[in-house]
Amino acid sequence: MNVPVDYLLGLSAVLFALGILGVLVRRNAIVVFMSVELMLNAANLALIAFARETQDLIGQVFVFFVIAVAAAEVAVGLALIVAIFKSKHSIDIDQVSGLRG
Amino acid sequence: MTTDLWIFFGLATIAIVSAASMLISRNAVYSALFLVLNFVTVAVMYLLLHAAFIALVQVTVYAGAIMVLFLFVIMLLGAERVGNQRSLKWQQPAAAILGLGLLGEMVYVFFAGSGGQAAPAAVLGEAFGSPNAVGTLLFSEYLLPFEVTSVVLLAAMVGAIVLTREEKRAREARP
Repeated sequence: MNVPVDYLLGLSAVLFALGILGVLVRRNAIVVFMSVELMLNAANLALIAFARETQDLIGQVFVFFVIAVAAAEVAVGLALIVAIFKSKHSIDIDQVSGLRG
Repeated sequence: MTTDLWIFFGLATIAIVSAASMLISRNAVYSALFLVLNFVTVAVMYLLLHAAFIALVQVTVYAGAIMVLFLFVIMLLGAERVGNQRSLKWQQPAAAILGLGLLGEMVYVFFAGSGGQAAPAAVLGEAFGSPNAVGTLLFSEYLLPFEVTSVVLLAAMVGAIVLTREEKRAREARP
């Protein structure tokens, strides 16, 4: 695909900003978490675009590691959400305002 | 406007609309499905950017495993919706203004330098981004990070199990 790298970075920026908006605006903890995944995905897109631009495979290797760490992060994060739901009976992040469970 | 640009703008529109729909949907299950669409669209874009291996990893790990985990937890908790009462009235408009401000700033920074003018993309060989090339790099130069990643995944697995069996242990400790 012969597309300027700027366009890809622009798309990456828009997706990242949508992820930020989701984290800030939504109160459902699972949707907030999905927005974090969207931001990771936007960063990956920028890395792939630069890998193509600089003709260096290191960018793609890095994306591989980002995806692996994201999988680990999702496992722990969803376990945390399940634990919060068990104690609060809600995953509204406004309810999770105390430091003591 | 070339065919490549048409394909790019089509994919970009789908990606942005699905991401925005994810934010707008009231039901978390719809949000998850829109996110799957977004991941698949980005995977197609990776394919077109000479990253075949990463595209397939994206589909299997992100759109497959991770989103199944999300849907599983959403349906396990039965928490598709949260209530409408909010404790901070000014939080949502402030968040929207700050988010859009960040977007404007990022787009300005990216496009201020070159004004969106393209350097003609270099011609890449067929092997660039193939599973063979990426795998060779992973198992030679980046072998140590690769092995560390497996330890990270193991730690995450143990952590997830420990976090979710907390209640059972507490019940056993009680007389």
